[in-house]
Amino acid sequence: MEQKISFTLNGKKTEIQVDPAATLLWVLRNKLGLTGTKFGCGTGFCGACTVLINKEAVRSCQLSVSDVAGKEIITIEGLGRNGKLHPVQQAFVDHEALQCGYCTPGMIMTATGLLLSNPSPTRQEIIDGLDGNLCRCGAHVRIVDAVETAAKSMKGGK
Amino acid sequence: MKNPDLSNPSPANPLEKSGLKRRSFIKLLGGGIFIFFQPWNPADLLSLPADQRRSLTKEYNAFLQIAEDGTIKCFTGKIEMGQGIITSLAMMMAEELNVPYERISMVMGDTDLCPYDAGTWGSQSVQTFGPAMMAAAAEARAVLTDLASARLGVPVTEMDVKDGVVFDTKNPAKKISYGQLAKGKKIEKRVDVTPKLEDYTKFTIVGKPMMRKDSRLKVTGEAKYAGDLRLPGMVYARILRPQSHGAKLKSADVSGAEKIPGIQVVRDGDFIAVLSEDRDTVDQAVVRIKAEYTFDELPVNDTNLYDRMVGANSRVEVAESLGDMEAGAKASDKIFESEFHDPYLAHAAIETHTALANLEGDKMTVWASTQSPFGLQDSIVRELGFPVNKVRVITPFVGGGFGGKAPHQQGVEAARLAKLVKKPVMVVWSREEEFFYDTFRPAAVVRVRSGIDKARMIKLWDYRLFYGGSRGSDAIYDVPNVKRTFFEQNMDSAPIHPFGTGAWRAPSNNTNTWARETQIDIMASAAGIDPLEFRLKNLKDERMIACLKAAADKFGYVPAKSPGGRGIGVACGTDAGSWVALIAELRVDKSTGHVQVIRVACAQDMGLSVNPQGSLLQIEGCIIMSLGYALGEEVMFEGGNVRTRGFDSYLIPHFSWVPKIDAVILDRKDKPPKGGGEPAIITMGALVSNGIFDATGARLFRMPMTPERVLEALKMV
Repeated sequence: MEQKISFTLNGKKTEIQVDPAATLLWVLRNKLGLTGTKFGCGTGFCGACTVLINKEAVRSCQLSVSDVAGKEIITIEGLGRNGKLHPVQQAFVDHEALQCGYCTPGMIMTATGLLLSNPSPTRQEIIDGLDGNLCRCGAHVRIVDAVETAAKSMKGGK
Repeated sequence: MKNPDLSNPSPANPLEKSGLKRRSFIKLLGGGIFIFFQPWNPADLLSLPADQRRSLTKEYNAFLQIAEDGTIKCFTGKIEMGQGIITSLAMMMAEELNVPYERISMVMGDTDLCPYDAGTWGSQSVQTFGPAMMAAAAEARAVLTDLASARLGVPVTEMDVKDGVVFDTKNPAKKISYGQLAKGKKIEKRVDVTPKLEDYTKFTIVGKPMMRKDSRLKVTGEAKYAGDLRLPGMVYARILRPQSHGAKLKSADVSGAEKIPGIQVVRDGDFIAVLSEDRDTVDQAVVRIKAEYTFDELPVNDTNLYDRMVGANSRVEVAESLGDMEAGAKASDKIFESEFHDPYLAHAAIETHTALANLEGDKMTVWASTQSPFGLQDSIVRELGFPVNKVRVITPFVGGGFGGKAPHQQGVEAARLAKLVKKPVMVVWSREEEFFYDTFRPAAVVRVRSGIDKARMIKLWDYRLFYGGSRGSDAIYDVPNVKRTFFEQNMDSAPIHPFGTGAWRAPSNNTNTWARETQIDIMASAAGIDPLEFRLKNLKDERMIACLKAAADKFGYVPAKSPGGRGIGVACGTDAGSWVALIAELRVDKSTGHVQVIRVACAQDMGLSVNPQGSLLQIEGCIIMSLGYALGEEVMFEGGNVRTRGFDSYLIPHFSWVPKIDAVILDRKDKPPKGGGEPAIITMGALVSNGIFDATGARLFRMPMTPERVLEALKMV
């Protein structure tokens, strides 16, 4: 049965009428029109669907929408501010840390979550933090470089 | 520069002959200057498989438009899937037209807007398509300069172009822009000249590192892939799938699915699908269908397939016979025989096959993640009975292809359902479906018998390849006695592959280069000399030698006999017209069998690199992707039942696998551009097997080199 569920989505109070068991990924993509969050495997193994819930990177294909009631969700669409890219997004552009781009939103959200919990990660900590996210084109080295750069620029006060 | 005759734009009006008028390209696109071109040599077309030969009937495969507002577009059936041609092709066009690169738009993979193209694969976009496009751009520039000459009353020889403005070199104030020249015009020309890239050194855009065009869209989530499109009333579909390839549906009870609110069940013969506005609902419904199948158990699995290949009644083709095998054996002091086993590989792009189909009136439009929009159009025509002009395929961004998205079954499925239910239908394959219906890189066996004389020169190379495909099977070394024999599917025999196979990045070269370069290493070790020295000694190909030396330089290579306990592997090869040499250092954990590649140096000669920045990205991508087939990837199966159906069991490279990479592109501005999206992927099998041997003295002949297999091999040392 559908019910009202409310949360903060990309900084905005949001309330939707939805089956509480619905998968967060599909609610975001279909009901809320936020298609930047990607479907890759549906089983939590690839990380393409990663979003931030209360500042923590999680896989939206493994959550029901009821799991996020009252919480704060940030998707790839909510990272930038006033047309300006978030430092992690900017670093991905600067390092060309992508090819087909399909895993990119999940990579950026995972990296952002990592930097929120650990603003000065070592290179090994970045590798460990991203290890569950899959990229088939092989942009890995540049992604790690980008996250290092983003960490530095975020510490510099954005 | 040729002086075009504007009164007679082309010997035969391309609009008449090609049926373009019918398809109303121009009506859709407005006026301006149009240059049509054909990148293929007609003789090359004859070598294409029949189903890709539709382009023979056309006079052109692409065209440029200088629109009346000055915008410049190239319309091509090629597609962007991450490889970066949206950037490199625009650079090539900007170069020849002398306009800023930002002003070029690539219109790609739309069957209504773009002329026929067989598909995007085989590293053809830059090496074959690019030069033809540059010739067309040169023609456009000639037309524009001629128009400017007439308008300004200045001889063509005294005019030049900068940033899309034609000006009098004697009086630069006398000038006119491309847009002003194209205004009110409708000029169509065809380029017939065989394209040649000349004078590469004068290029100001091509050959310079350029950032890719699509980054911003991709980091903000704005880039639209097929699954991101929405139409009013759109429904998701899941299709009932058999457990095994070759299975036939005996019975199906759909009542369980029908009970779910909001579900529509569609049945068309053996094709059964469930539809709903909600993706979760179709996922739940499709597993409630109770279906029974009949199928023949095939006596083949991921373990016995290699024996089956070698023992099969195959079609035998001697592809090369140089010198004499007996003489080669006699001339040899030592003879080496090896057998290599390479498994099936999945493409495993992160975006699964996806398509949205919509029937409006009698016209079917399909947005699909595909490497072959025209192939999908053909399939819909053939399988669903639409006339070709009533099917439009549009290709949004594609989330990885690697050869796996040349097949396009999902697009036909979406169109079939959209026709049946008269609603827009979205088909997004699950990860399981993606693995099950993938056209795998074929498994293969290679048997090599080779010999060296006392002077450590290779005298014998007897190479037998079972079911692997010929690309990359050349001996490449200077050997007087070479025989290459291919054992292939005999049409009278049972099919060797229990499921579909197809092209996988650098098709068959990953198998062949692994086998060859491992065998070379075996001989170098037996000869008691450094593996790099052994290669250099036996090579005559100057460009291969140059790559090996450059890679050694980049790596800081110190010569030593193998095994030397260091874990260093050397390998080289050719692909897509390019040369590559790589050197890797790895660590073997002898207690667990785990192999960690620590660093890789790569030197690539791809002729002129149109976009060195893009080429580097492709090289890095190749090296990282190749770690997968060397260390983790293998499709497990029992008969037609593909057992590997997820990223938990099919191990593609993770961040923790990735070595430090130092790549160098040899600067060959004097040579035409060759393929850059594939070559650097071919050597990892040999780098890893040679590195493991160097570290431990253990030799592996089976990919991937998993910890279990490494431990097995260590027991033999």
